[in-house]
Formats: sequence, C-alpha cells, structure tokens
Amino acid sequence: MTASNEWQPSAAAETIRARAEMLERIRQFFKEIGVLEVETPVCSRYAATDPAIESIGTRYTGPGAAQGLDLYLHTSPEFPMKRLLAAGSGPIYQICKVFRDGEYGPRHNPEFSLLEWYRPGLDYQQLMDEVAQLINGLTMQPMPVERVSYAQLFETYLDLNPHLATIDQLQRCAVAEGVSGAEQLIFEHQDPWLDLLMSHLIEPRLGQGGMTFVYDYPASQASLARIREETTPVAERFELYIQGTEIANGFQELTSAEQQHRRFTHDNLRRRQSGQSQVPMDEHLLAALAHGLPECAGVALGLDRLLMVLTGASDIRRVVTFDISRA
Amino acid sequence: MMCAAIDMLDEDVMASYSTNEFKGGLKIMLDGDPCSIIENEFVKPGKGQAFNRVKIRNLKTGRVLEKTFKSGESVEGADVHETEMQYLYNDGEFWHFMDPQSYEQVSADEAAVAESAKWLKEQDICLVTLWNGAPIIVEPPKFVILSVTDTDPGLKGDTSGSGGKPATLETGAVVRVPLFVQIGEAIKVDTRSGEYVSRAKED
Repeated sequence: MTASNEWQPSAAAETIRARAEMLERIRQFFKEIGVLEVETPVCSRYAATDPAIESIGTRYTGPGAAQGLDLYLHTSPEFPMKRLLAAGSGPIYQICKVFRDGEYGPRHNPEFSLLEWYRPGLDYQQLMDEVAQLINGLTMQPMPVERVSYAQLFETYLDLNPHLATIDQLQRCAVAEGVSGAEQLIFEHQDPWLDLLMSHLIEPRLGQGGMTFVYDYPASQASLARIREETTPVAERFELYIQGTEIANGFQELTSAEQQHRRFTHDNLRRRQSGQSQVPMDEHLLAALAHGLPECAGVALGLDRLLMVLTGASDIRRVVTFDISRA
Repeated sequence: MMCAAIDMLDEDVMASYSTNEFKGGLKIMLDGDPCSIIENEFVKPGKGQAFNRVKIRNLKTGRVLEKTFKSGESVEGADVHETEMQYLYNDGEFWHFMDPQSYEQVSADEAAVAESAKWLKEQDICLVTLWNGAPIIVEPPKFVILSVTDTDPGLKGDTSGSGGKPATLETGAVVRVPLFVQIGEAIKVDTRSGEYVSRAKED
C-alpha cells in the first residue's frame, strides 16, 4: 500500500532551511528583548479541558509507576509555563511540538510546532505590538498591521452584533450568506454558529496584504483570557490572521484560581453534554494560580503556519519534514 | 474502510461514514440523492467548532455543490458502483443493458441515458453507474463505430470551405465528416468530443 516515495520528506530542502533560519531569528529576537527560553514536559497527568480541543493520550510504566500511569501529550505548554511564571520566572518563551487529536487537513497536522510566550507587566494590546514586531523581523518587507474588534468585524461583514445575536439570527445569517448545509446544522449554543460564520465568511477576507489582529471576543469564548466586565462583557483575547489563516491566539491571562476552577468545571460539563470524555483538570495550575500568577499577557503562535506565510506554501504538508501520513 | 467492506455484504444495511472518513470518490447520500465527494476540506478555528467543507457531485443530476458538515457527524453511504455492461436494445421507453458475466439485465430510463443515447449501438460495452442496482449514469465507449445513414452524396457539400459536411449516423447522432465519406460507410467517432476520427472497416 505504501507508495515508494513516501519515505521522502513532504517539504522541500529550501523550506527545511527556511525553518532553521526562522527559528534562529526568533531566538535572537527574544534574546534581544530579554525573554528566557524554557522547556516544560510534553507529557502531563492533566489535559486541556476545552471541549474544542482533544488530547492524545499515552502511558508510562516503570519505576515510580509500576501499575502504569496514563498521561496526556500537551496541546499547548500553557499550564506548566504559568507554573513557572507563578514561581517567579519572569518573561519566558518556549518553542515546542504540541499534539491535538482529530485535526488534519491543509492547515492542520495532529502534531505541530508552537511558539508560546508570556510577558508579565504587558497587557494584551501591547503584546499584539510585540507579535507584529517579531513577524515583521522575519519577512522580507514589513507588513501593514490592522486591528479590529470581534464585534466590529461581524458588524462590518455581516451586519450582526456577535455578542447579542440569537442562535436563530446567526443561523439565518449563515443561510442568507449562502453557507450550504447551514439550514440542516443544529447547535445548541451561539459559539459554533459564530465559528461557522467566522471560518466560512470572515476569515478568508482577513490579513490580505498584511496582519489583522482581531480582539475582544465573546465572553463565552474566553478560554483562559480575562473577562472585562462591561455592559456587554468581552474576553480580552486576540487572534492574528495573515492571508486568511489564523496564526496566533493571545490572552490577557486569567489570574484567578477560583474563576479558573469554575471554567474547568464548566468545560467538563459541556464535554459531558456533547458526549465527549471527561478529562482531569490541572490541579498544579490551580495551585499555582492560588499562590499568585503575576498580571501578564501570553500568546501562542503556530510556527508551521507562519512558515507557510514566509515561504508562500498553501499546504502545511509542504512545510513539515514528514506530515502524519509519512510519520 | 472495514465498515464499508462488511456492509457491502449486507444489502439492507448501508455503511454510514463519519466526516473523518471523507475523501475524494466516497459515495454518500445527500437529501435523498446519491453523491460523490470531489474535495473535502477540514476547517477548524484553534479554539472552536470544527467543520468539513465538502465539494460534492450529485450523481443523478451531475450538478456540483458545496456543503458544510459539523465534524464528527455521520452520513449515510450510497450503494453506488460502476460496472461494464453490454447495451442490448431500446424498447421505446427504456434502454436495456446486460452484465456480460452474470447475464443479469437492467433497464435505464431517459434521465440516466441522457446525452449518451445518441452513441448507443447494440452490443457495445458501456460503463453503467448503478445505485441500489438501478442505472443512474450510462457512459458510452470512448470511441464508437457507426455507419452513415444520411449525408450529402456529392463533394459539393463544402460551401463554407470548412472542409466538412454533416452526416447522420445509424443512432441518430449528427457529426461533421470529411467530404469523401459516403452513405453506408462506417466511421469512428470520439464520443467525448462528438468528433469524427477516421473511416472504419465494417466487420
């Protein structure tokens, strides 16, 4: 069944060199601004609770775990990095492979490279500047940068208020905008509808000819971001888009252990409702937050997708040496 | 893959496919019609709902459409397969075909035969797409040999200087042929373009 050329890399030699150069320049950037490189474990007893993210499991048996210990491959190094911050590390970054089950396509590979960094003392708006600065140091020509709130985006493109629209309004919008199959989809919450509208109708128009930062997400999509209590509460979260592709996701980090615990519990409840498996919430992270996480902003940036932008590749398989089909 | 193979044995239960099994060529049921997947794109925000955006051909109408599925959803498979069959005859309403191995016969209606009708010559082997055992698409051989039943007998047919003239063939198809082709001669025609290829020797 295996075709004879499948032993060969799916990326060209020049792309493999471009990756090495990109990594070198990223490390140089952080060295210059005084952010420390760290490593944290790939395997954890705990998993990401986010219902939109599925972990891949593994198992260790041996000294210290005679009966075997179930572990999860990390989906991002966020939790242990926050433990380092709480322990007083100061600003830190990490470049590592992360793993997500169920994700494979032109922009997804189940294992991919992430650059994640945390800046105590900076807020998420300042961190967006730093993300743009880093990327513009990697491109031939600096790219123009625009910022638009999630609400402005939906108002501009779809004439909708994403924070207040009902499920019915969102579905009608998808049908009216010609998303084929939208009339048959059933979702019990606004968020999947917002994801549908965002991914099908808005994303392809973002970051054409530059970087587009989208910020202030619906509170229901806060993930691990702080929620700003206003008339309409918003999550202090941002995403970066270049050429219609999501490149980075950042937060004004939630520092409250109590709120974090509530979100973990809520995630597992939603997992149960949709028939997904329950996963153990990270007790170490909760203890670190209780000890005290400094006010900080953090961001995770997909390096394979960034390399796609830098090399003009339209498929992630062209920028990784061996995608999962050749792994 | 395993599911599909097992269910093929049981005609009453058709396989159902999750979006994870979607790929080009997979046959699924959509709004009551058998369809074939052309392209499947996985779309997922980092922290949000995953979708499969699929380009599909409706095998009954030939129309290509797009459809978005929620990832993880399952869709009923369509019992569709292609097989070579011999064209037997037309009874005025249906075109009858036979499986040369099993001698089993099926009849195709006008919707299934459609544009292919004008190329169908008795005994010729066609590619028939069956859905639940009934023909939905009939494709003629790429090349057919048909005799000319009517054409301008003289060379004077060439009034436009285009170097050809229309000829009616035994199946009713009309093609442009060179001036030297006469009534009663057999010619080879490319059914994909509808163009004359060469003269053919009658067996």
